[in-house]
Amino acid sequence: MTRNDKNPESGRPVAVSVRGLVKHFGETRALDGVDLDVHEGTVLGVLGPNGAGKTTLVRCLSTLITPDAGRAVVAGYDVVRQPRQLRRVIGLTGQYASVDEKISGRENLYLIGRLLDLSRKEARSRADALLERFSLTEAANRPARTYSGGMRRRLDLAASMIGRPHVLYLDEPTTGLDPRTRNEVWAEVRAMVRDGVTVLLTTQYMEEAEQLASELTVIDRGKVIASGGIDQLKAKVGGRTLRIRPADPAFLRPLALALEEQRLAGPAAVVRTESGEVLVPIVSDDQLTAVVGAVAARGVTIGSIAVELPSLDEVFLSLTGQKASVAPQSAPEFEEVAV
Amino acid sequence: MSAAVLSPSPTITIEADPKIGLRGHLRHTGALIRRNLLWIKQDPESMMDAVLMPVIFTLLFVYVFGGSIGQALGGGQAAYVQYVIPGMIAMMSMNIAQAVGTGFNEDFNKGIMDRFRSLPIGRGSVLVAKIAVELIRLLVAVSIQMIVALLVGYQINGHWAGLLASIGLSALFGSAVMWIFLVLGVTMKNAQSVQAMGFLVMMPLQFGSSIFAPTSSMPGWLENFTKYNPMSGLADASRGLMTGGPIAHGLTVTLAWTAGLTLVMAPIAIRKFTRKS
Repeated sequence: MTRNDKNPESGRPVAVSVRGLVKHFGETRALDGVDLDVHEGTVLGVLGPNGAGKTTLVRCLSTLITPDAGRAVVAGYDVVRQPRQLRRVIGLTGQYASVDEKISGRENLYLIGRLLDLSRKEARSRADALLERFSLTEAANRPARTYSGGMRRRLDLAASMIGRPHVLYLDEPTTGLDPRTRNEVWAEVRAMVRDGVTVLLTTQYMEEAEQLASELTVIDRGKVIASGGIDQLKAKVGGRTLRIRPADPAFLRPLALALEEQRLAGPAAVVRTESGEVLVPIVSDDQLTAVVGAVAARGVTIGSIAVELPSLDEVFLSLTGQKASVAPQSAPEFEEVAV
Repeated sequence: MSAAVLSPSPTITIEADPKIGLRGHLRHTGALIRRNLLWIKQDPESMMDAVLMPVIFTLLFVYVFGGSIGQALGGGQAAYVQYVIPGMIAMMSMNIAQAVGTGFNEDFNKGIMDRFRSLPIGRGSVLVAKIAVELIRLLVAVSIQMIVALLVGYQINGHWAGLLASIGLSALFGSAVMWIFLVLGVTMKNAQSVQAMGFLVMMPLQFGSSIFAPTSSMPGWLENFTKYNPMSGLADASRGLMTGGPIAHGLTVTLAWTAGLTLVMAPIAIRKFTRKS
């Protein structure tokens, strides 16, 4: 997937609009004035650590809890005043909002179809179609408790697709899944987006957001601390970091100075004496190519080289204004290199 | 930005949610009843308590205590059978109440309730469906109870209407107790705690009553307790209805408790139910 434009989606109509949403639980402000938009047919990734308010947000937007203040409109329906109409156009998949483990996959889908006012015949054929699509036909008549983790998640997805939702909430859809199953779920989500579904995805994984989302909103302690296209946000955070370790530590400092002179690393490049590495914040693939080219052109023998994605922790450290461990915002002092 | 969608323009009027019609409610409740019946089909052992409890209790009480208590009643084992079977019918009211509580607890803990609540159905449908299934289970249990009763020599003596009235009263009182279990079901951590808690409350009420033995030989304090114990009231009323004895006191106590429990516990349960998040 290419995301060259900064924000290709902002021209589309808004499917989910949240303004000043507040939700208290006793003394805690789980949501403290959240604003966000999800554009039609796109995936908005809502990133945040545990307890940031992601799940509370999804629960408000799916009418499971009532916000204390603010407004949220989903597909034209107000979450507080039109909950029932809203429930017809949303799908919900998460750690909660699960299926009935005691009955079969087919019966689960049929039940939800009936609760969505499909006729018996429609409910049955819709269940069959979704079982087929999510590769569950073979296991269709077994109780859901016998399903593997991946099958369970696929059944959850199928369950949320019964009503052909306009907007789908995925609340940490791959938490606890192994990498292979995670890839399967991602593929399913991409397929749904291709079908035109608008997705609000919450996740703790930067990689998941990068894989699926086109725009991101980062929340912490109930507040939006950053939002925008992935590239925008990455640039803001410092993005990827290139670690270069010259085979000969003597080249460390000259290399850093050279990169800075060629305006390839900017003032944020750091020398790490203890590990003998130059760390270069990378904002684009072009810059990455240029830096590697420059290193080669200087004739520096490379001991090791690696591109590192910012971990979510680093993103947060950076966004909350604390000094990030990888890409400091201020110009670093070069330390003397021990030769 | 698409201001047209976002701005709270005065031309956009919010239409209130349309009401769910009767047919809708029936469809939803029917689908949920089907789901709860499938539970039994997948897990037939869950019917065990409904099927075995009456059998075991009847055999145990009739053959272990029947002779001696029967003597006190001025008869023998046969007199005790006539005495204890109406009590057993009364006791069944508790099973339905407890099952609704534990069933709800599971739905909440496993996250299915959230799925239901994210669907455009009335919240009451889930409750009504569960009660309907428990009533079906109650009917099965009562039928088995009566078969066992007839096998150990119970005489209906033409009190068919009384028998039906007794079952109805039991179901009525059971649905009042259900509110207590609903509160437990919504607040407690798991189904086992609900069951344990229910056991703690129900045990003294069931045994400190006239269900299994006449209360006249009990110490004064206990006898006074049994007078206002709803389980005694229900057992006495059942006995009156099923054997043509006096029913006034028992019926009054039962109906008073039914009304009281419903008035106090139903609002709490409904509040907890709607608030639970």
